[in-house]
Amino acid sequence: MPVITYRKALNDALAEELARDENVFIIGEEVAQYNGAYKVTEGLWQRFGDKRVLDTPITEAAFVGLSIGASMLGLRPVVELMFWSFAFVAYDQIVNNAGCIRYMSGGQIHLPLVIRGPANGGTNVGATHSHTPESILANNPGVKVACPATAYDAKGLMKTAIRDDDPVFVMENTLLYGETWEVPEEEYLIPLGVADVKREGADLSLIAHGRATVTSLKAAEILAHEHNIRAEVVDLRSIRPLDEETILRSVRKTHRAVLVDENKPFGAVSAQIAAIIQEKAFDDLDAPVLRVCTLDAPAIYSPPLEKIQLPTPERIVEKVLSIA
Amino acid sequence: METTLEAAPFVEAEVNRTLTAAEKIHFLSQMLRIRRFEQAALRQYQTSGQIGGFLHLYSGQEAVAVGTLSLRGENDHVVAGYRTHGQALAMGMTMNECMAELFGRATGCSKGKGGSMHFFAPDKNYWGGHGIVAGQTPLGLGLAFALKYKGIKGCCLCYLGDGAVNQGVYQASLNLASLWSLPVVYIIENNQYSMGTSEERSSAFRGCLAARAEAYDMAWDRCSGENIYEVRAKTWPALQRAREESRPTVLEIATYRYYGHSVADANAKKYRRPEEIEKYRTLHDPIQLWQKQLYAEGILTEAQAAELDAAAAAEVAESVRFARESPLPAPADIFSDVYVEVDRQTPAGRTGKFFFND
Ligand SMILES: Cc1ncc(C[n+]2csc(CCOP(=O)(O)OP(=O)(O)O)c2C)c(N)n1
Ligand SMILES: [Mg+2]
Repeated sequence: MPVITYRKALNDALAEELARDENVFIIGEEVAQYNGAYKVTEGLWQRFGDKRVLDTPITEAAFVGLSIGASMLGLRPVVELMFWSFAFVAYDQIVNNAGCIRYMSGGQIHLPLVIRGPANGGTNVGATHSHTPESILANNPGVKVACPATAYDAKGLMKTAIRDDDPVFVMENTLLYGETWEVPEEEYLIPLGVADVKREGADLSLIAHGRATVTSLKAAEILAHEHNIRAEVVDLRSIRPLDEETILRSVRKTHRAVLVDENKPFGAVSAQIAAIIQEKAFDDLDAPVLRVCTLDAPAIYSPPLEKIQLPTPERIVEKVLSIA
Repeated sequence: METTLEAAPFVEAEVNRTLTAAEKIHFLSQMLRIRRFEQAALRQYQTSGQIGGFLHLYSGQEAVAVGTLSLRGENDHVVAGYRTHGQALAMGMTMNECMAELFGRATGCSKGKGGSMHFFAPDKNYWGGHGIVAGQTPLGLGLAFALKYKGIKGCCLCYLGDGAVNQGVYQASLNLASLWSLPVVYIIENNQYSMGTSEERSSAFRGCLAARAEAYDMAWDRCSGENIYEVRAKTWPALQRAREESRPTVLEIATYRYYGHSVADANAKKYRRPEEIEKYRTLHDPIQLWQKQLYAEGILTEAQAAELDAAAAAEVAESVRFARESPLPAPADIFSDVYVEVDRQTPAGRTGKFFFND
């Protein structure tokens, strides 16, 4: 099976969907002639031309709003935010228009729109560029949120997102763009709302999404080799819709859960997961549900410190050892 | 801004010269229907206890919606702000569905999920009804973009208030509209106030608000909104510029609202002198002026006018009855119309947990 980068997997997904449906177009800052700030859209403008791949001025509220309006008439925009951190400039469009128009129109309108881009800390760009807004966006009924952790998932989820008839927000990760995974050549789709058990284990569940999944896998390796603890790693992949069944099945099997999350703790995705577990699997638990989140302050710049602000394998191991 | 009636040069405009008597009378009837609808809505708001929230009345501005929208074509699309009853009715939405929406009924245009500020009729090319000031301005851009993308000759009319022009997203939309040559017409309904703040206290401008378009190398114009001939004469070139040349325009239309900002405007009589309101009501009322115009043209009698008004009143009364007798949405309806995939129960809509109530 070919081994490709997360970036290339996304690029392939976009190219395949552009070729498949002429209503799909890509829009964002530097996505066309510059090939994308992170090269995710590399080569697409040369191949598909001005109509299908559009460079915008730096005007997030306008081009996100434009894309929502265009989706009302049946186009399928794929909007790149250079960073999801810039979504706040377009927050009204994203939350009030993408999130509420279907409902407020009594279901007369649907918005087949994708907004994608990186949403992560860990690259020493300071607090303004390091937000992880999946929790606050998933807080809005009407939108869907996916956070792929591997190249395989990135491609399959992106293709699904583009074909979905509701607004889907895909949060990528600049630290993963250059990482490689096996990705089949044949076409495949990964449904939203289906988690993936990335490592089986009987002693404890690590439940994560996005890059925190990769961090959890490293922690699971350490736990296995140094502490003889068999951790299961559940990758949510999709935040909303959420695969509650897989979460509960894992917890019922292992009786212990540590939730790993690059969100800040308050109102994080992991906070929602913790609520679900205590409500539905309380009797299955042998220990309190614990969390490893990004340390609760704006993202610090200092490179060595930012490394430890995000969840690390060491912090996960330490948390696990406190209950296992 | 003082408005004066200068019908003469505008009567001669091509779009007006070709009007039939029946069409002119239809405009009157539409304005009367909007006026009557809102008077009833206000009464019901105050007496029935069944209408909640805000109710932004359009009374005094009717000639803007009726005049501009009388020129729309099959491939033209419309999006507006929250003071939207006028556009909604002028777009052909029925009084029943609109009144029922105000009453929060399942038979409302948005099934009771939108309310006064959020009327929608996409089947009639009417895309809302938007509650966030200027939030609709990039949506108008997107509708225009989609037309151009699909190679359809049409345009988008996007309405906003004089208070919306200072939102960044509107300015950003003007830039993209001109930069990308999109067929959108921004219509600023300048009623001189945004809530209790006058235009002078809101905006820095030279000449008029529309003139800001100059900075974006974009066409603009202004007119009085009390006379349908003038509104149509000034709107038509903007629509044609959009349809034929795919170029945007900002059109500023001077108008006035008679009521407070919303029914719940505690200061309705504080930031405007009563004499000012009275002056507009008596000297500049678009319905009275149009009625007089039609009398002068000899195509309408007072008896006919009274008949039209009575018909509008009867239609409104029926809509109130319809709304009152309509069922409320069921509690389970809270969860429909959130995700289209869930509503259609597609495989995507059946996979994973979408709602987190329990
Ligand atoms: C972003 C935002 N800010 C404030 C409000 C509250 N608000 C609603 S309407 C309004 C005044 C707007 O005036 P204008 O644009 O002139 O429209 P008009 O009411 O005159 O039709 C305000 C402040 C809002 N709905 N949205
Ligand atoms: Mg105003």
